[in-house]
Amino acid sequence: MALAKRIIPCLDVDNGRVVKGVNFVDIRDAGDPVEVARRYNAEGADEITMLDITATHEGRDTMIETVKAIAGEVFIPLTVGGGIRTLDDIRNMLNAGADKVSINSAAVKDPDFVRAASERFGAQCIVVAIDAKKVDDERWEIFTHGGRNATGIDAIEWAVKMDQFGAGEILLTSMDRDGTKNGFDNELNRRITEQVKIPLIASGGVGNLDHLVDGVLQGGADAVLAASIFHFAEYSIHQAKEHMAAAGIEMRL
Amino acid sequence: MTSKSVAVIDYGMGNLHSAAKALQHVSPETKVVVTSDARTILSCDHVIVPGVGAIRDCVGEILRLELGQVIAEAMKNKPVLGICIGMQTFMDHSDENGGVDCLGFFAGQVHHFGEIFDENGQALKVPHMGWNNVFQREPHPLWNNIADGSRFYFVHSYYVECDDENEVAGTCNYGLPFDAVIFRDNIAATQFHPEKSSTAGLQLLSNFLAWDGTL
Repeated sequence: MALAKRIIPCLDVDNGRVVKGVNFVDIRDAGDPVEVARRYNAEGADEITMLDITATHEGRDTMIETVKAIAGEVFIPLTVGGGIRTLDDIRNMLNAGADKVSINSAAVKDPDFVRAASERFGAQCIVVAIDAKKVDDERWEIFTHGGRNATGIDAIEWAVKMDQFGAGEILLTSMDRDGTKNGFDNELNRRITEQVKIPLIASGGVGNLDHLVDGVLQGGADAVLAASIFHFAEYSIHQAKEHMAAAGIEMRL
Repeated sequence: MTSKSVAVIDYGMGNLHSAAKALQHVSPETKVVVTSDARTILSCDHVIVPGVGAIRDCVGEILRLELGQVIAEAMKNKPVLGICIGMQTFMDHSDENGGVDCLGFFAGQVHHFGEIFDENGQALKVPHMGWNNVFQREPHPLWNNIADGSRFYFVHSYYVECDDENEVAGTCNYGLPFDAVIFRDNIAATQFHPEKSSTAGLQLLSNFLAWDGTL
């Protein structure tokens, strides 16, 4: 009996629809976010993360409505990310019913934003999302703006800095693995989780249930995030949890 | 009989809507009011002191809005439930933010987890974030239809240590044992977030609304 490892299904939302790309492009439609969230909740998801990939203002307003609708009927933690740039953005999402916000590009642009957000709203609701790509045998760098912009910043150093700046959690996506279904980059996960005091959510590359197990046992992740294996009903969340529990991982069943 | 009205005390610290929405979900006929108005709070049948954020700001806002006396007044005769930081504000003192005197409704302290390890000697992450087992140490109306050891959702870096063991209704373990649910007469408080704890959490909120405050 101990703290359970978490399974977090992720909804990439564009203009009010769940979509999923491969390596950040090639989008497939996966349904209405409220219905998808409801299904994941019923299947035993431990949290839900929703990333807004919309670039328009209309899309942003739609997102607020979506968050409200989900929060009114799904009573597990809800994280919302994508385009969070100001303290007002955070307040709006929290007021709509999000429990946490995920900050990516805005943190890179101004690391003090993370500190201010954490001080204002509490570390528990500030997730720093990191998109990392291997650039060398021993080096990963972070990218922003949905993986389009290189920053030259070392991913491990960045994670440590974000921990120090008041992040409550790190959501680490391997851009090399995202959408490939080849499994997490557990070398990167392991290096980062050993360097930070806060929980690590592993993301990017899940293609089967063993990958989820590996994320915890090899990567040392506190939570595993996946999208497409759940969206297209390859596996249910419950199946995934049973599989992880059978591998000796503490789960909420 | 379920409560006719419940006040969720609003002291300006962020997401109170989850608690309000969950209460409305478990009891559509109950009037759920998110408010900082003393008269409104005291006119409701049940009172919830929710909370997220850091203790200095929470206690500071409660005092600034003169809600400390209102909560104390409600505690005289209404079922009152503190959640997470709300629970921590009920204690004497917290170590957070360099040390903050809290409202002192319960004798006890709030400490940081510090360096903690699991049974294999592995360092544990702080905050304690996620679903952990809660053990029902004392019978309580809040436990109706909830299995002993059920998992609830926690997110906190500080934990409550109640001076009087008889005021502890539920415990949890994360590197060390800590008090997850405290109670006395018509007052109760949970360190976890029932409003985010799916079926078990919603059951607990439903039990709270059905509770007349007697043990």
